[in-house]
Amino acid sequence: MTVFECLLLVFLVMCAISVTLSKNLLNSIIIYMSYSLVMSIIWIILESPDLAITEAAVGAGVTSVLFFVTLKKIHAIEREDSDKESSGQQKGGE
Amino acid sequence: MGRKERFESWLNGERDPYLGKVEMKPQKERLLPRTLLKKYKKDHEEAVAQVYDMTNNRQIKYFEKAYRILGVLGCCLFITIMILTVSYLPPIGVADKPVNNEVPQRYIEDGLQETGAVNIVTGMILDYRAFDTFGESNVLFVATITVLILLRALPGHGGGKGKEEADTAKEEARQEANDRIYEPKNDVILQRVAFFLVPMIIIFGIYVILNGHLSPGGGFSGGAIIGSGLILYLNAFGFSKTERLFTEKTYKGVCFCALTFYCFAKSYSFFTGANHLESGIPLGTPGAILSSGLILPLNICVGLVVACTMYTFYVMFRKGGF
Amino acid sequence: MGANLIANYGETVAMILFGIGFFNLLLQRNLIKKIIGLNIMDTAVYLFLALKGYIAGRSAPIVADGVQEVEAYINPIPSGLVLTGIVVSVSVSALMLSLTIRLYRRYHTLDLDQITVRLKKEGL
Repeated sequence: MTVFECLLLVFLVMCAISVTLSKNLLNSIIIYMSYSLVMSIIWIILESPDLAITEAAVGAGVTSVLFFVTLKKIHAIEREDSDKESSGQQKGGE
Repeated sequence: MGRKERFESWLNGERDPYLGKVEMKPQKERLLPRTLLKKYKKDHEEAVAQVYDMTNNRQIKYFEKAYRILGVLGCCLFITIMILTVSYLPPIGVADKPVNNEVPQRYIEDGLQETGAVNIVTGMILDYRAFDTFGESNVLFVATITVLILLRALPGHGGGKGKEEADTAKEEARQEANDRIYEPKNDVILQRVAFFLVPMIIIFGIYVILNGHLSPGGGFSGGAIIGSGLILYLNAFGFSKTERLFTEKTYKGVCFCALTFYCFAKSYSFFTGANHLESGIPLGTPGAILSSGLILPLNICVGLVVACTMYTFYVMFRKGGF
Repeated sequence: MGANLIANYGETVAMILFGIGFFNLLLQRNLIKKIIGLNIMDTAVYLFLALKGYIAGRSAPIVADGVQEVEAYINPIPSGLVLTGIVVSVSVSALMLSLTIRLYRRYHTLDLDQITVRLKKEGL
């Protein structure tokens, strides 16, 4: 329909691909957050304001926060491990 | 000792009639030589190590490569098939599609008179399909409980059954202490911003919930907004402040009351064979806050459940308990 | 090949997103990335559904000025379905993240292959 919508859709695909390719977990979570925000703009273009509000509050807000907390928790466990045994595990947490 | 008594004592296992009467050689315990045992054990370990050696096992390597290639090919094939299917679907944005049948027509043309809700989507999900939404609120509740079971960590009264459990409880307590050390508490900027933002966010959430039948929004979005406000408050001021306001008891009470009210308000359709009953509440003038019958209380119920759920998820993940 | 591929570009994008999410779910070893992939699949399905209900030139399904013609509003049903779906997807991802935390606490890794190997070594 419009150039703007095409741009947003292309941005969605780019975000999805970069989530796949990014090595850093924190980066991919932040990219997913921006993906959700762009999705909420697309809901407004598709004339569904209910969905836009919900997606902005839930998808970009709560889900990303939950991902962040999970990551922090995992880092805390990892740090504790490396405190316990000086040969800490490097794998997985990054 | 008579025969009977002897028999009985033998039966009870008190005495062995052959002991001391029959010549017996002490049996040798069958023992493999220690070296052989060691060898068996080593062989077993080697076999296990070889099977599960990710870097050198050829089969695993081949399987992994094949899996990757097949996975990529499968995804590409899937996308191709789906795009081919999409190319046969009716074009977007055209009105005469099979999707636009008499059901949305009924909802749009008679929705305002039948439900009293200006927002047709809210009228749909909280009146025509309210039972569906009830199930969904219960999904949220069950998800919260499952997360609570999975992440529960109470060092004080964690059952205290075995040593292992006590160990995990101790470990979790230490972990939580760690969590609090690395959290920048009493951050002045965050606290100042939260001081002004949290009331506004929560008031906005209440506004969205109360205007669910008049404007975009409703229980789900408003509840999520209130939940985010509570999460911000928790992050700025710490658990000691939020525990005055929101504890496990609050969660239990609020969710129980909201879900029970919803259940009693809508589950009569079980008994009436999915027929609609008059609620007896006047629908009011469309556009006023106090209109549209049961939709407003149901919206408030859903909003409460969603807000509690979001906040509880966060607290569970942060602390593993209230 | 049908005739509407260009007109249906939004749905095409939804399908590509679904494929990318599925790729993530299948081939990423990291559990958190798998969960993100599942979320992407979710949003792709929602996008597809909402595009089904979209009708060009009509406004959102909120009665304005007493107009109650079908020709004035888009289809409200996909919006209602997706609205409930979004909230459920949050609870699903919360559930999976908590399972991830439990797994990490037990096995100290997020790599699913290593977890599988350790499970097999323990004879489970």
